[in-house]
Amino acid sequence: MKKNEVSGNPLNGIWKFFASVKLTVSLLLTLASTSIIGTVIPQNENPAAYFQEYGESLYKLFDFLNIFDMYHSWWFQFLIVFLTINIIVCSIDRLSSTWKILFAKDISFDISKLRKSYKEEFSGNQTPEELKTLFLPVVSKSFKYTKVEETENGFKIFAEKSRWTRLGVYAVHFSVVLLLAGGLIGSFFGFDGSVNIPEGETVKSVILRNTGREQPLDFEIRCDDFSVSFYESGAPKEYLSKLTILENGQPVYKKDIIVNDPIRYKGINIFQASYGNLKPKEISLSFTNRETGMVYRQKAAVGEEINIPEAFGKFVIKEYSGSYDFGGHNLGETFVGILTPLKGDPVEVILPVHFPSFDKMRKDGLIISVEEDEEHRYYTGLQVTRDPGVPVVYAGFIVMILGCFISFFMSHKRLCIEIVKKGKKSRVMVAGIASKNQLGMEVRTQRIVKILSEKAGILKG
Amino acid sequence: MDSSNFLSITTFIYGLAAFLYIFAVVFKKPVAGRLGTWTALAGVAGNISGIALRWSESYKIGIGHAPLSNLYESLVFFALVIVVIYLVIERSYRNRTIGAFTTPLAFLAMAYASLSPNISDRIQPLVPALKSNWLIAHVITCFIGYAAFAIAFGLSVMYLLKGDDRKDETPFLKLFPDLKILDELSHQMIMFGFLFLSAGIITGAVWANSAWGRYWGWDPKETWSLITWFIYATLLHARFMRGWHGKRLAYLSIIGFAAMLFTYFGVNLLPGLHSYGQ
Ligand code: HEM
Repeated sequence: MKKNEVSGNPLNGIWKFFASVKLTVSLLLTLASTSIIGTVIPQNENPAAYFQEYGESLYKLFDFLNIFDMYHSWWFQFLIVFLTINIIVCSIDRLSSTWKILFAKDISFDISKLRKSYKEEFSGNQTPEELKTLFLPVVSKSFKYTKVEETENGFKIFAEKSRWTRLGVYAVHFSVVLLLAGGLIGSFFGFDGSVNIPEGETVKSVILRNTGREQPLDFEIRCDDFSVSFYESGAPKEYLSKLTILENGQPVYKKDIIVNDPIRYKGINIFQASYGNLKPKEISLSFTNRETGMVYRQKAAVGEEINIPEAFGKFVIKEYSGSYDFGGHNLGETFVGILTPLKGDPVEVILPVHFPSFDKMRKDGLIISVEEDEEHRYYTGLQVTRDPGVPVVYAGFIVMILGCFISFFMSHKRLCIEIVKKGKKSRVMVAGIASKNQLGMEVRTQRIVKILSEKAGILKG
Repeated sequence: MDSSNFLSITTFIYGLAAFLYIFAVVFKKPVAGRLGTWTALAGVAGNISGIALRWSESYKIGIGHAPLSNLYESLVFFALVIVVIYLVIERSYRNRTIGAFTTPLAFLAMAYASLSPNISDRIQPLVPALKSNWLIAHVITCFIGYAAFAIAFGLSVMYLLKGDDRKDETPFLKLFPDLKILDELSHQMIMFGFLFLSAGIITGAVWANSAWGRYWGWDPKETWSLITWFIYATLLHARFMRGWHGKRLAYLSIIGFAAMLFTYFGVNLLPGLHSYGQ
């Protein structure tokens, strides 16, 4: 603010550098162009994948420049910090002159500046005194503040409104600072993690997205139930988790969450993010002898080898998949097992739960299938976050919209009417000035002149 | 008649309006321009009916939602806003040459929506993430902003055609509004667009925060909308710098429009996962 006092000082140069709109334009353009990089090169992937894609030397260069996580890189953050300093310095620099206009006690202003801007003139038959009395009510109808000043041979009427709209630009710039501050608060004091909870089970920590570390919670989350419903087309309609929050083992809060309707509890937000099928504990297998039609049922666990009756050999379930891909088709829940006949080589057997006769394709004397488990279990995938910066960011959002609206569509408008005695007649001059959209102000001034001249019954000219 | 028929007819009407406006400028036939205005108004009526009908159809098949949930529906809304804003400008500035540079954009948007094999005009049910009022606010604000930028683009092209050099002005260019008005009007459109783009990014961030607990994730779509925002912010500030008037601002406005188009259509070509409402 006291930049005049530091002239001749190197600080002055630094201050001037940061107060310039030229710097703003260069920074904004640099941010815009460098941001493209991170949309062309996928971010935060496995280093090995990058290495393979770009080769060693390019990989080293990109890695040095943090291109693989560029929005958090030192140079990108540096640009943002520069922009912030630019905004703050520029605002302080200009605030002192705005301040003078905002808190000027008197509404009289530099008439010479007004005369240079748009003006209209006409003359009338009344005395200046009469005209003043006629004009004042018209002016005060559309301007909040009016003031009359007597001059040597007439009057001046000053009118003004919406001084405060000059703060709109400061609001916009302040909102940018709020957004960055909110973002910083979030990255220092917040976390972003996820957790999968099987139906009926309880967790008390989550896994952080960035580091993969475990983040303990102050409470426990229990998933009482999960359900998913589908449209006829097969597209998902709704994911719903019935959750209970427990403190010291006691339930304290219950809510059903769906996508777009999370739990917010003690500063922590719990979002529905994904789901999956749980590996069943026991699998009901059936073995059918193709020739005789005899069916044998047996239960087994994954990895547990069982003997099949009738000397068909041994069978073991090797793995389970919630969505098994078979030649491009998704078979859904599927078990894969190994059948070892008494004579011959072991064979792999694919057992989709929803297609019990799938194994017939193998054209063997033995048909194996898995019977659908009545007790189907899901796990719910939750995103668990804490971000104390959100209120600051949201405040920034509101201030930005209000500030943009004010600085784009509102302006500080001033009007001056000068009435001068000219023989028996009077000469009237009207000038209007606005802090924005001078073209619009000229139209307004014309409108006021029209009303004034009609009111006075005088012809313009 | 269902909404798709309505909207196909609207495409045709917008095409006709664009043709009439262009015809009026090129052959200096004001009658064609006046006809263009009425045609554009008919297009707006068809466009609004199509959207309203589509809305009620979605309720009839039991998956009722505002028709603002996929690329097809957003393009249809985009075209509507372009023509409505243009007609308001035409009324207040009494110049129809601008129509020749703006209504074709509405026609192209509609034609792309109707004809592109990649865009389905089926009414689709909403997947869970899209069931949010913030999404509706997001789409409406974004597309009002985009439409304003589209018109600013048309005005900037006119500005560059007319050029700073007045000597060899052809009669065709004489019909254009004054450079001062073109410049002022495109500035107005950019301020309007900037306000709505900001609101669009903000409602998108609030929606993301309610669906995924993260208001900003630097995904390509978000990043490109921010790039577009940076470019228009540059333009707003460049006006305060000496030497940055007229042509340079017109070029910046065209670059901004290109970035906006990329945010809208191009992002899906980039590697990685994203896409409208995934
Ligand atoms: C992302 C960052 C920024 C945004 C979004 C932003 C936004 C805006 C907006 C919306 C306006 C109003 C423009 C108009 O009325 O047409 C404005 C004006 C202005 N901005 Fe910024 N701005 C940013 C950064 C900066 C910075 C860093 C400076 C520092 C020099 C700056 C200096 C100015 C000035 C001098 C004005 C004109 C004020 C006036 O009309 O008196 N801006 N800015």
